[in-house]
Parts: sequence; structure tokens; C-alpha cells
Amino acid sequence: MTRLASPAELARAAADAIMADLSRANRGVVVDSPPGAGKSTLVVRAAAELAAAGERIMVAGQTNEQVDDLVGRLAAQLPQLPVGRLGARGYAVPERVAQLSNVQAATNATDLAACPVVLGTAAKWATVTEETPWPWAIVDEAYQMRSDLLLRMAGQFEKALFVGDPGQLDPFSTVETERWLGLSWDPMSSAVAVLLNHNPQIPVHTLPVSWRLPATAAPVVSQSFYPFTGFTSATARSERQLTWNTHAFGTSAFDLALETAAEAGWALYELPHRHTLRTDAEAIRACAGLAARLLERGASTSSERSAEPLPVTPSRIAIGTAHRDQALAVKRVLAELGVHGVVADTANRLQGREFDVTIILHPLSGRRDATAFHLEVGRLCVLTSRHRHACIVVARAGIPELLDAHPSVDPVHLGVPAKFPDGWEANQSIMSHLANWRVPAP
Amino acid sequence: MSLLTALARVLAAETGRAQPIRTVRHVHLSGRPLVFIPLQLAGEACAPLAVLVGDDPGRPAMLTVHEPRDRTQRFDFAAALAEVILGYINSYSTVSTAPDQPYPDAPQLLVPNPQGAAFTRLLGRSTRFRRTDGEFAVKESVPLLGRWLSFYAERMEVPAAALLVPMTTVLADHWATGQSAAEDANLAALLGWIVPPPGMTGAAAARAAEDPVRFPPAGPATDPSFDNEVLEPRIRAVRAARVTGDGGALHRAQTAMEAALRTQLEPTWELMWRAIGLLRTIDEGAHVAERWQSDCWAFTSHVAHLRDGGFPQPRRDGAVAAAARLARLERDQQRLNVQRAYDDPLVMAEYRLTGEAFAGTVTEAQSDRLDTTGKRAKLRPWIVVETAEQVSAAPGTVLTCPARPGQAAEIIEVAPAGDLTHVTLQLSGGMGRALVPLPGSVPAAGETISYTTLRDDFQSAPRFPDREQTPWTHGGPPPEYVPPVSEDEAEDIA
Repeated sequence: MTRLASPAELARAAADAIMADLSRANRGVVVDSPPGAGKSTLVVRAAAELAAAGERIMVAGQTNEQVDDLVGRLAAQLPQLPVGRLGARGYAVPERVAQLSNVQAATNATDLAACPVVLGTAAKWATVTEETPWPWAIVDEAYQMRSDLLLRMAGQFEKALFVGDPGQLDPFSTVETERWLGLSWDPMSSAVAVLLNHNPQIPVHTLPVSWRLPATAAPVVSQSFYPFTGFTSATARSERQLTWNTHAFGTSAFDLALETAAEAGWALYELPHRHTLRTDAEAIRACAGLAARLLERGASTSSERSAEPLPVTPSRIAIGTAHRDQALAVKRVLAELGVHGVVADTANRLQGREFDVTIILHPLSGRRDATAFHLEVGRLCVLTSRHRHACIVVARAGIPELLDAHPSVDPVHLGVPAKFPDGWEANQSIMSHLANWRVPAP
Repeated sequence: MSLLTALARVLAAETGRAQPIRTVRHVHLSGRPLVFIPLQLAGEACAPLAVLVGDDPGRPAMLTVHEPRDRTQRFDFAAALAEVILGYINSYSTVSTAPDQPYPDAPQLLVPNPQGAAFTRLLGRSTRFRRTDGEFAVKESVPLLGRWLSFYAERMEVPAAALLVPMTTVLADHWATGQSAAEDANLAALLGWIVPPPGMTGAAAARAAEDPVRFPPAGPATDPSFDNEVLEPRIRAVRAARVTGDGGALHRAQTAMEAALRTQLEPTWELMWRAIGLLRTIDEGAHVAERWQSDCWAFTSHVAHLRDGGFPQPRRDGAVAAAARLARLERDQQRLNVQRAYDDPLVMAEYRLTGEAFAGTVTEAQSDRLDTTGKRAKLRPWIVVETAEQVSAAPGTVLTCPARPGQAAEIIEVAPAGDLTHVTLQLSGGMGRALVPLPGSVPAAGETISYTTLRDDFQSAPRFPDREQTPWTHGGPPPEYVPPVSEDEAEDIA
């Protein structure tokens, strides 16, 4: 009998296959990475191996924050490698990057000629004018990059490694137009979509293991959002524990929801059915109240990362919403409750981040209709895949009925591939799973 | 839907009258607009049936296609329509103008609804590539009309443009009704809510507008019962008379068909001019003239493009053209959002509700404060604004006051003071060159003032590669454009 490969072995085999393809690629390689599947680790490894082979590499991220994170990891793991940080005018090098001795920052690419690896945002790379193109580029979060930005920077490199999560939010535009739908170079679609339209021979790899999502979440997220590729959790159920430092006195609905989430990894805190404004005061109080109660009771996590249990600090908790005004309202209630340091933000801004516990306000909670924005599959995927231990969904009752009343009616356009799963299907799938862990609010 | 609009809709439902949600008109309205009401044959992608068109409410021109599936008649109709529309356009482009200056005014097309605008685009696309020689030749004016209609349809995608305006969109932007957004797409129902007939509520007027006999659809789709019971027998009568070759019968049948179509168009014509009269009663926003100026520029350059023998608009944008156009549209949208908020306190109120703007009273002003940390002393006055509203911006954010758009105000501190909030701001710019600010350039204590994170700062256009330098990720350089040589090639709609 052959032994089943462990998650770590699966992950290593996938990374080795990517490296092998990279060494013989004419144009490039695309790597799809599900939530927390070690995307940054792969970027660092690819940069190190290409640099070791004597190539110069440009690395493009989407935001300064992401690029600084990458610079930090790369420079720390390869202390001998001179690393360049290309910033726009007005970019201030943060403390964590400034203290790395092998990092050099500049606003002009020519000042970094001595560095084999140079990192910057894609928007900054798009403004660089250099005669000779770079032999290699690594584009991080490529599914969140719009193809028009790729158009502006693609002249800079000959071959590229594109890494990103196809399940997250698609790039968006502030203007609405159907003018370019179906064009292979639609400027509003993602960089990877356009790249593959024109270069179908480019190999696409998928990372098979999520290091972030616990065993309770990986199958649910995988089935709902990545039905064709799938992934597993790197950790067994017993390896991740969320425990309480105190016992609850009596059983409030908050406590019940928190304990359900600690036990099952999920909880649905369900408010009575009602049509509400976007900033539903009750739902927002529930989000902030759950976070406050969690901190009040005190929780610790034990995981593969440390032998000792670690306390869940406010910065390890996130409250995710669909709209900015909802996030603002949550922040306001948190301040009223005297809770500081809990992250409250929209799905767009939580992309790429990781927390121990997340509390999310369901995008369809209290709505009368299910619009394309609120059904968007990437939005729910981001919100339900940020946690290492538990995710509590706050919603009003009636979402499955709302979905049934609003089947997807998006027009079909020639040349636009249908998106699987669509937001409707993914929402139904998540809601039917959450129904097992329902805690009705009083 | 914003909180304010939701409230206005509730109020409208309760009071039975649409509620104004803007204090000024955000769209330019020409002194002599061309109202264009098209009807198309049901079941065909773009088969014009009839139009009512004109710039004089008392003298609309009606054009009819008696056999809408007949392509020869369709392009004869296009030639007749070209005469009206190109005549109207020429009355603006024959005005003499100084070199490097735009025409002082531009022709504006008003259609009843977005579907009317979509029909305009389709009609433009189906005519701009027609050939004027060889087999199936059309009149010279047909492709020219197609190029103008395509120009109008493409210009409508620009957020700030007002060359082609769908009436229901403008009305629904300025009034909130007690009905759904889908119902607002009905011009008659929407106007019923805004100006109900005496003694009627908006809801009752909107219900009355559902009667397709009194208020036929505003096009381009026609009422199905009209199609089946009125139109179809009349088209058949025209066809029968043509087969028999009876001139008198043909004329009678054609007149009967025209009369029937007129009943479908005239009520909408009345509504369009009523809506125009209504919009004229509202004052224009401060930035509307500036936006109309860029419409005049667009018109002027298209006239020059045609005069210089430029190509018709391509069927689809290339990779570089598409990306460059999207960048332009996004900058225009951003500028439009800022301008609307600056022009209209009700628009700004929406930003105040979401914490992106606040209004308050200046309680302290150090108007001669100097920043002496640098080599040279700089004038950097501090003011404190007291507000009862929520301030979500953090220290370091740069704000703008709509009344002083040239002046930047950086938040130094946000401090709660009881139920109120004190915001300390450092001002720079817009105070003259001396180290003492020009009188009135720094807000004085006691002044009521508002600040917002919305800024209309100039952004330079992003740099795109040349068309010939299209990178491999986007399919490489595209082939050169060669005008189609045969009719079949021009028909290619793949």
C-alpha cells in the first residue's frame, strides 16, 4: 500500500514543478494560489533561484504595503542578496524595511542597477522608461491587477511569473461600460485573463495546500469557490485550537456564537428577518459586540506555529463588510464600546491579509434584492477565507429565500467566459453549510 | 441608493409627489435641442420603423419605413433622417470661429430613454460602413449620418458629456419618486410623479401612465398589442397594395400606417418638451458650463476629423486605444463626482453622511502662522473648525473647502469636545505670495465652512505604449487598418 502524500509533500512537489517549468519557459508561468497557499513563499523562492542563476528580476506588487511585505521577507531570507526598492515620489520607506541592511531604496530604476532583484508597485513600474527590458518579472496578486496596467508595464520584461488568487475580487473600474466586453484585451479584465487569452501555451499551475485555512474551513471554501481545482488544509483539525480563558456566566447568544465558532470553526449569528438600510444598526452592533465579547472573555490559540498557546489580541481579529460606510459604522461602535485595535474594513481592503478570528457582515444581510455587486463571488470568498481559526458570519435571516427570489440574470456576452461558480451558487453553498452552525440572536 | 435618496423616496411615496434631490441642474440643456424619438420593429435588431425628430416643439418631422424589413427602404429612410439631423448639426458647424477655438455651441440630441440612445448607437453602426458606390450603394449622407450617430453614442459613454442625453436618466437623477428604479425608466410615469395633473397624486398619475393607449411606450420598442392589432394589418395593406401596383391604394395604405404610428409618437413628443421646460426652470450648476465647453471641443474636433477625411470609428478598439480610453473615462468620472459635490449641497450632504465631508464653524484662526522649520519661512495658517458631524479622515489627510478649491487643508488634529469635534487644519496655497495672507483668503473665526476629502486635483495622463509597440501579453502589434473592399467584408460583425 502506498502512503498518501502529506500536505507538505504535496506543496513541495507543486513548487518543484513550477520551478522546473520556470527554467524552460519561453514566455512565462501562471500560478493560481488559493487563500494562504504560500504565494509569498513561492515568490521569494522563485526570486532567489532566478537570481542565483544570474538573472536580473523585477518584482511588481499591487500596493506599497504588499511590496514592503515582500521586500521584508526577501531581504530577511536572503541577507547576502542586494535588494532594490523602487518607490514613487513621496513614498516613505517604512521602518521595517529601512532597518534591513541589504535593501536600497530609490525613485529611479537606474540608481538600483547594482541590485539583481528590484521590487516596486506595478503602477510605478509602468512609469519606468528603460532601453533594455528585464529578462524576468514576477507579478504578484496578478488577478487583482487590471490588464490596462499590465499593458503599460509589459514592455519592461521578456518573461514573467504571474502569481495570484483567482477566487478573490476581480479588479474594478469606477466607470460602467460594456464597450469592451468580449474583446481578448478588455482593459477592465484581470491581467492574467488577458495574458492567457493571447498566450494559451503558458502553463498554469495550482498550489494544492492552504497553510492559513484550518481543517474546518478548507473543504468548505474549496468546494464553494474552487470547485475545479480544490485544495486541502495543511493542518489537521487537532492542530488548531481556539480556547477560552474564562467561562461564560449564563449563556448569551454572543457566547453561544463564540463557542460554536471555537468548536466548529464557523458560526452564523442570525438576526431576525428584516429589510434594512445598508448600515443596519443591529447587525453592526452585533459585529462589534461579538468582537468585544471575544476580547472580554479572552481567547488563546494553539497551532503548529508555536508550542505555547498565544493570546488572541485585538489586531488578530478582523470585522469584514461589503461597503465602506458599514466598516465606518463598525469602527464607530467599536470606539463606543472601548475596543481598540480590531481591524474593521471592506472585503477589498482585507484581500491578502490574515487573522485568527474574523467576524463578517454578510453582503446580502437585510437586503431586498441581490445585485451583482452583493452576489460577487470574490467578495464572499475574501470574507470567508481570512481566518486561521474561526469565522463568525452575522446576517439577517432570509438570505437563502432572497437568493431563490433573485436567480442570476447577468446577461451573457459573446467571448466572455462564464464564471464558475457564480456568486449565486457560491452563496447558496456557503449558506447551506452555515445553517449547521446557526445561533439565533435574541 | 444613498441614504438621502432612500429618504427622499420614502417621502415621495408618503406625500404622493416626487422629491427634488438636487438643488441645481447638473446637465447642460441646449437652447435649441434636437428631440429624437425612434421606434423600431419588434423582433429585429435594428429595423427603424418611424421617428419623430425636430428642434421645434410645434413642427416635428415624421419619417416612416413602410416596409421595415426591406433594406433598400431602410437606407432610404437613413438618407431622409440624415437630411434632418445633418441639417441640424451643420447649423452649428457653419458658424465661423477663431482658429484653435471650439465652436461656441454644439448640437445636442435628446432621446426619451437609454434604450433610445442604444438604438442611436446601433443605427450608427449599421450605416457608417455603407459604401456609396458599387452594388447596394447608398447616398453619401448615409455613412456620414452613421459616423455622426456613432460619435454621439460614443460620446455618451464619457461621464461628463451632454451631447446625447436620455431624458429619463436626467429626470431620475434630479428627482426621487415613490416607485422603483425600473419603473422610473418609463418617461410618462416618471413625469407623472414629478408634475402630477391637478388633483392627482404621483402614484395615481404613474398608474394612469400605464395605459398604453393614452401613453404609448416611449420607444424604441412598441406596445405588443399595438403591433398585433394595429401595425401588422397596416403593414400588410401596404404590401398588398404594392403587389397589385395600385398607386392610389398604396398611398392610402401608407397614410393609414403613418397615422397609426403618429399616435404612438406624439404623446412622447409632448412629454419630452414638457420635461425640457421643467428642466429649464432649474438653475445650472456652476461647473456645467465648463463641462459643456469640453463637449464643444469634442464636437469641433469631430468636424475637423470628418473634414480631413479621417477614417470612420473602428468597429472595436485596439488594446492600446481601449486602455487609453478607459483611463480618460475614469479621470472624467472622478472629476464629475467632485464637481457635482462642489456645485450642489445636496450631493455634498451624501458625502457628509458617509463621513467623507463635514461642515462646521471656524472657532479659531491663526491666519499669520509661519512654518519656520525649513530654509525659508512659509505661510501655514492654522484654523480650528468645530463640527457636530462625524469626521472619518485621519490626521495627515489633505482636505479641500469647496468655496476655496485652490487651498489645501491638512488635518493636524481631530479632538472630541463634548458632543462636538474640533478639527485643527493647516492651510497652504491660495493666499498670495507674501508671508501675510490676502484678505479673505483664510477663513475667519465665526465663518461657517465645509471641508471634504474630494479633490479635483490635476492628474497627468498615464503613458501608454504606441499602437505599434503593443506588448506580447496583449497580442502584439495589430495589423494596419485597410478599409473594406467589399460589401461582405463591411458586414462582418464577428
